[in-house]
Amino acid sequence: MEQQYIDLYKSHHESIKKHSAPAMNGLRDASFAQFEKLGFPTVALENYKYTDLKESLSIDYGLNINRIPIPVNPYDVFKCDVPGIHSYLYFVVNDGFYPVTDPRNTQLPDGVIIGSVKEVAATHPELLKDYFGKLSSTKEDGLIAFNGAFAQDGFFMYVPENVVLDKPVQLVNIMRADVDFMAVSHNVIILEKGAKAQLLVCDHTVDEVRFLSNRVTEVFVAEHAIYEHYKLENTHNKTTNLSTLLIDQDSSSNVLANVITLHNGVTRNMIEIDVDGEHCETSLCGMVIGDKNQQVDNFTSIIHNKPNCNSRELFKYVLDDTSKGAFTGKLYVAKDAQKTAAFQTNRNILLKKTAKMRTKPQLEIYADDVKCSHGATIGSLDETALFYMRQRGISADEARLLLMFAFTNDVIENIRIPALQDRIKLLVEKRLRGELSKCEGCVICQ
Amino acid sequence: MLEIKNLHANINGKEILKGLSLSVNAGEVHAIMGPNGAGKSTLSSVLTGNPAFTVTEGDVTFNGKNLLELLPEDRSREGIFLSFQYPVEIPGVSMVNFMRTAVNEHRKYKNLEPMSASDFLKLQREKKELVEMDSKLANRSVNEGFSGGEKKRNEIFQMAMLDPKLSILDETDSGLDIDALRIVANGVNKLKRPDNASIVITHYQRLLDYIVPDFVHVLYDGRIVKSGGKELALELEERGYDWIKKEVEGE
Repeated sequence: MEQQYIDLYKSHHESIKKHSAPAMNGLRDASFAQFEKLGFPTVALENYKYTDLKESLSIDYGLNINRIPIPVNPYDVFKCDVPGIHSYLYFVVNDGFYPVTDPRNTQLPDGVIIGSVKEVAATHPELLKDYFGKLSSTKEDGLIAFNGAFAQDGFFMYVPENVVLDKPVQLVNIMRADVDFMAVSHNVIILEKGAKAQLLVCDHTVDEVRFLSNRVTEVFVAEHAIYEHYKLENTHNKTTNLSTLLIDQDSSSNVLANVITLHNGVTRNMIEIDVDGEHCETSLCGMVIGDKNQQVDNFTSIIHNKPNCNSRELFKYVLDDTSKGAFTGKLYVAKDAQKTAAFQTNRNILLKKTAKMRTKPQLEIYADDVKCSHGATIGSLDETALFYMRQRGISADEARLLLMFAFTNDVIENIRIPALQDRIKLLVEKRLRGELSKCEGCVICQ
Repeated sequence: MLEIKNLHANINGKEILKGLSLSVNAGEVHAIMGPNGAGKSTLSSVLTGNPAFTVTEGDVTFNGKNLLELLPEDRSREGIFLSFQYPVEIPGVSMVNFMRTAVNEHRKYKNLEPMSASDFLKLQREKKELVEMDSKLANRSVNEGFSGGEKKRNEIFQMAMLDPKLSILDETDSGLDIDALRIVANGVNKLKRPDNASIVITHYQRLLDYIVPDFVHVLYDGRIVKSGGKELALELEERGYDWIKKEVEGE
């Protein structure tokens, strides 16, 4: 499986580099060497035990190495109808940043840079030099190594010191191709001291072919900065999304990451938050609504390296049919990270006996003055509550829906953008009702 | 209104109701008393269609309809309400949302349009006063973190909202102090009309000082073994159930 990509790299690395941001080429050969060594991860590896990528990787995907423009105008077809949400809107088509930006985006606060990695490499090379690959290059992971070898562009955001982005930034990943297609991109997000930003990433597919995406996102959150990262996955069931989110927190910073999988084929989210300063707040949340053959694996780590920090982790899964879920919650508290307060919860509901859930809390605590807890449950809907509701005249279906909705509600409450919270509530309700959960008027995610 | 004939029911193969018969007419209040394990709560579960119980024999008609053929939700929509002995906590489902869904499902069954938000709030305010319920409770999750008294008041509040034809109060007095008992009983009495009826299941006579029954039945070993007026309750309070057990076993 690896061989065709190894051959491809060997024969095409010149054009990969030529059509890429120079800053991305610095680590490319080293990444490739690592990929050659590691190959694609298999279930034999502890970290990939619950996500078998064999089938997804057996497809002969096309890559757009020569960066040929994809004929689609997202502004024509995408109408994100989140009432009341005013955002700075950007598109990535497959793995290319869509160059024409919304006129509203010109009103960005002073000093904020949002664009493609390629663009920024030309205009602000110093910014990329200090950050690109800083978090990802230290990881021993075949998918991250693959990304390092093949990614040619990505989304870039820079928020300077004490600047607050007044509106959320919305990044829409659109998958569009006539043949089975692989998108590889590498995003970099930098928040300077005291900066504040909210990013909403939406994944959508337009075509019915097989897609695989491999996206790495590195986020640097400086002292006193506040960063919120929302990811909404609503793609078709022939899509494999392999995403890596690496966040580094400096002291007194506040990070919220909330990853919601409504619909997809195979999802693997690797999320690692490194808390590298004191007095940080970290919230990591997620929700999965899976049915049919969906496979969703949230592989998460929160690393407490410094004392006096708080973290909360909350993941909820509702799994139907023969869907499979997996959750790993690694919580690492270093020897010096005294007074850490870290709480982890993973709760799961299986609607059918054929659905499967694997959950693995993994606490490694080396400090002796900490407050840490974890809890994981797998169960079905509460029969006594169902009967209670039916006794009040609520139909069995409606009662089930209310219970499932209630179950996911505390994850939705961890969305700090009210308009987005309302919209996601609606999408989740539609999803639970089995209706198509696309945004109204959105023709992208049909 | 309600006609139960020779009702037999079991749970996990164990027979609890063994030929129970009872008839309730509009305007009446029936008290059902009996020792522990007699089948009092099973009766309320079977009448409301709790799937944990299986009916093996007998008939139940409610306003001419075969009750046993109806789904639990349809029994509710036909006008049967159960005030649960142990109201269930439903974290994450707000009282308002729960009640609005219930009221509108009842309306849909009667081919009525859903109630407007303002009408619903008005109705809710009115009914809350009936049981002196704290208005803050409406914004909380159903029964979650409610005290014992609040839970029972909440049951009567829901009863008032749904305006049932037949209400079954299952040990509504259990866990209530005397003030809460008075409030709950007051609420029930205010809801009493010539066209509705109640079955009050209780262990103690205490509640019947407040909700005065027209008939008192003694349930023992899955059957009604004795019926009388409200004075029977006083006699039971004084003499206990042993004399009834002896009477039955001496038959």
